[in-house]
This record gives sequence, structure tokens and C-alpha cells, in this order.
Amino acid sequence: MAKVIFMTKTNGAVEVEGSNGSLMELAAANGVAGIDGDCGGVCSCATCHIYVAPEDFEKVGAAEEIESDMLELDDNVTEYSRLCCQIEVSDDIDGMTFVVAN
Amino acid sequence: MDSNAVVIGASHAGVNFAFNLRQQGWLGRITLIDSDPELPYHRPPLSKKTLQASEAVSTPLKAEKAYTDNNLELCLGQTVTAIDGEEKVITLACGRFISFDKLVIATGCSAFIPPITGLDETVDDAGNNQYFAMRTFADAKAIKNALNSSRDKQVVIIGGGYIGLESASSFVSLGANVTVIEKQDKILSRVTSAVMSDFLTELHKTKGVSLQTSKDVVEIKHQSNKHIVVCGDGTQYPADFILVGVGVKLNTQLASSAGLEVEQGIKVNDVCQTSHPDIFAIGDCTRHFSTLYNRWIRLESVQNAVDQAKSAALFIAKNQQGPSAVPWFWSDQYQYKLQIVGLSQGYNELIVREETQEQFSVWYFHDDTLLCVEAVNSSKAYVLGTQAIKQRVSVNKSLLKDTATALSKTLLQST
Repeated sequence: MAKVIFMTKTNGAVEVEGSNGSLMELAAANGVAGIDGDCGGVCSCATCHIYVAPEDFEKVGAAEEIESDMLELDDNVTEYSRLCCQIEVSDDIDGMTFVVAN
Repeated sequence: MDSNAVVIGASHAGVNFAFNLRQQGWLGRITLIDSDPELPYHRPPLSKKTLQASEAVSTPLKAEKAYTDNNLELCLGQTVTAIDGEEKVITLACGRFISFDKLVIATGCSAFIPPITGLDETVDDAGNNQYFAMRTFADAKAIKNALNSSRDKQVVIIGGGYIGLESASSFVSLGANVTVIEKQDKILSRVTSAVMSDFLTELHKTKGVSLQTSKDVVEIKHQSNKHIVVCGDGTQYPADFILVGVGVKLNTQLASSAGLEVEQGIKVNDVCQTSHPDIFAIGDCTRHFSTLYNRWIRLESVQNAVDQAKSAALFIAKNQQGPSAVPWFWSDQYQYKLQIVGLSQGYNELIVREETQEQFSVWYFHDDTLLCVEAVNSSKAYVLGTQAIKQRVSVNKSLLKDTATALSKTLLQST
């Protein structure tokens, strides 16, 4: 079980809770603003862009090649960018805060 | 009284429109209507995730709670039977009338089932249909059941398009024997080049799919629990069940009856307005003029559904025009990720760039203008192609052909 917070541009902080699936699915299920997940979670659209906190980045891990290529479609990409459809919900991310990029 | 925005069709286009309209500040009612009783879901996973998962589950576009939170009224399992543009009211099959201030038609397409002799007698002992389209969650669930209960897992797919091929890939992963029958001499011949068609042909053959091209299905015969797909040249392919993926018919009847301009799709302008100023249309059922390609186009894609939804919402809520979009598509088959940006029709030069055998891209040009990139396991090519097409910059072809030069922005040159 993981409780995480999404910092959104329009709705402030949104706390959500889940135990499986991807972080994008969890965000979409809770209607987190700015996480569209248009492609349904197959790393094809870059509409679930988040920033991981620098201190958590090592634990979450860096993007794989396809994901980091796809991130280049977004002008707001930083070294802490991830597409959250590629992050699994697990105990490992419990308590983390993610900033929604768009 | 509150103004009411009514949306007919709650799939990718309709649902995204409703959420976007609310986000853009529309204060009135928003009513979403769909004849499908299921909570609106992603369609692309139907041929992949839904078939392959141990239990058939849909991937909802939004959680049920999100509709309530955004004050969106969801009317599922309801069919709209008529639009009255003058009185600005629609009629539901149950007899109810709903008035609208703005109406959005997002009715999409249905699977086209060709009139093949014997197709509608393709049933099992209990009388259940054993021929299917792949369009709705109910379709995917029924196909999954048919596969699980079939004796020999023998599947014939009529039509070698994306739907057929993605389904073939899923069936193979579930241990089925798959035959794909295609009318043209190549699979995907109407939408891609010979290079991509040949690659996918080899891929499916390697995985054990029997690909039969230049074959016209003329009849389905039925004997001892098998359905025999008979082709014009006399060849026969036995099946436990049949998947039909030969194209779509546009759901434009409501629009036509309402007197809207329809010509191979509901004609819309840059902000998705139809020939009636308060009626809009978005998604697969529409045709619009592309300034990028300088012609009228109709797109069947999630991207177009979502972008048109955003564009119509922005105009209705704020009277503003959104940015023009570049078409993109994807298709996942086996371990291969095919990503496409742009439209290749009208190309006069083609450059194939091979990073490895499993990673390559096809670049379509008309003279010096890049029209389209099809990338296989090469998101770098896809992203670079997107940037070139979107920014209308040209690509240095000699650097592109030289695989020693990495795919990067150095290949783009301002004109």
C-alpha cells in the first residue's frame, strides 16, 4: 500500500492511495489534473509527465531509453522528469510527493 | 436556467471534451450520452491488455468519481435517435427529450461487417455468435470467452489491418493458431509503405501466423463445430471462431438526418463546428481541412479524438482557437512498438534508417518536406520526426542516411 501526493497546477495537492498498477493509472483513477494518460499507459503519448523530488529520484529510478526519448516531446523536461505510466505503485514510493508537470 | 452542453458519444473524444469543457470554465450542465453501458474505457487496450489479462477488464478513461467531482452527467446505455437543430433538442430511444445550448457529436465509427454468405450463421451449439468485431469492451470479452472455450484455439481473422494484426499478436501469445486473410496483396497496403508492410509480414510469419494475402472471402460453411472460411480461389480455412477487421462504417446518420453537411465524415471547421453554429463534431466521425497537409482528412485515432475534444472545448468555453495538431498513432505488436507521426500519403521519396534489425525508422518525404515517420522500437526517430513536422523544419537527408550520425536535433535545419 502506498500513499502519495500529486502537486497539481489547478487543484493543489491531491493525496491518493493504491497498492498496484502504474502511478498513471492511480492518478487517472483519482482524476488528478494534468495526468491524461491518453495512450492508456504504454509510453506512447507523454501526457503523464511528473517531476520526482530530487531526494527520491534514486529510489524511483531513472527513465529507460524509450521513456526518456518520449519525454523530449515535452518542453518542460528536467533531470527529475518521469512518465508516471512507467512507475509501479508499491510500498517503495509510499509517502512521496510528485509534481505534475503540466 | 443553466445552459446545457450535450455530448453524444462517451469514448475518447466525448469524455475528453466533457472534462476539458469543465476545466475551461463552462459553468452550465454537461450531459454525456452513450449507448454502451460500460463506464467509458480506453479502446486500444481491447486487442491487447483485455485479451491477454487473466480476466477481461476494461481500462476506464476516468474514474466514476471524477465525473461526479466535475459535475458531469453520465447517461450510459442510452441511445440518441434524433437531433432537432432548429429546436435544439435531441430525442432518446426511451422517449426522453433533452434540450441543448451546444451539442457535440462524438459518435465515432462501428465495425463494418461485410455481407459474406453464411457469416451470420457462425454460431456455436448453444447459439452464441462465433464471429466478432473488435470495437467495444463487450466484443473483447466475448472474444476472450470464445478463445477460452474453443477446442483447438483455431482463429481466422478476416482483414490484415492494425486491428487484425494486433489481435493476431495477442492470440499468438495465448497459444492460438492464427490465420489472417487479406484481400490486398500486402497487409496494411492502404496505410503504409511496402517496407513496413514487409517487416510486419515477416514478423507475424516468424511468430507462427499464417498470412494469406490476395484472398477474397466468399462464404463461411459450417460443419462439425467448425466454421470453414472459403476464399474465391477455393482455399478453405477452418476456425473455431472468426474475427472480422475489415474497416469501419461512420456513425454519421444522426448528423445527416439533422441536415448537417456530411461528406465521408461530418464536415467541421478549425474549431470542430459543423454547418450548424451550435452543433460541433469531434473524433473518428469527422472530416476537417488540414492546413499541414493542405487537404480534407478524416482520422481514426486517439490523438485526433483528444485534440479535437480540446479544440472544441476551448472554443465553446472561451471562444478561442487552439493550436493545430500533428497526427500521431501507435501500434504494439509482440515486443515491437510501432510509432507513427504524420501522414505518408503523397510521398515521393522514402528513406529507411536502420539502427539495428529490430530498431529502424521509415521517413517519408515530398521533395524536401517531411510528411511522416514510422518508427519501430525507435522513439528517438519518432520524437525527432514529430519536432520536424510540427516546427516545419527540414531534415538533413544525408545525415539521416548516415547511421554513424546519431538521431538528434543536429539533423534538423531551419529553412
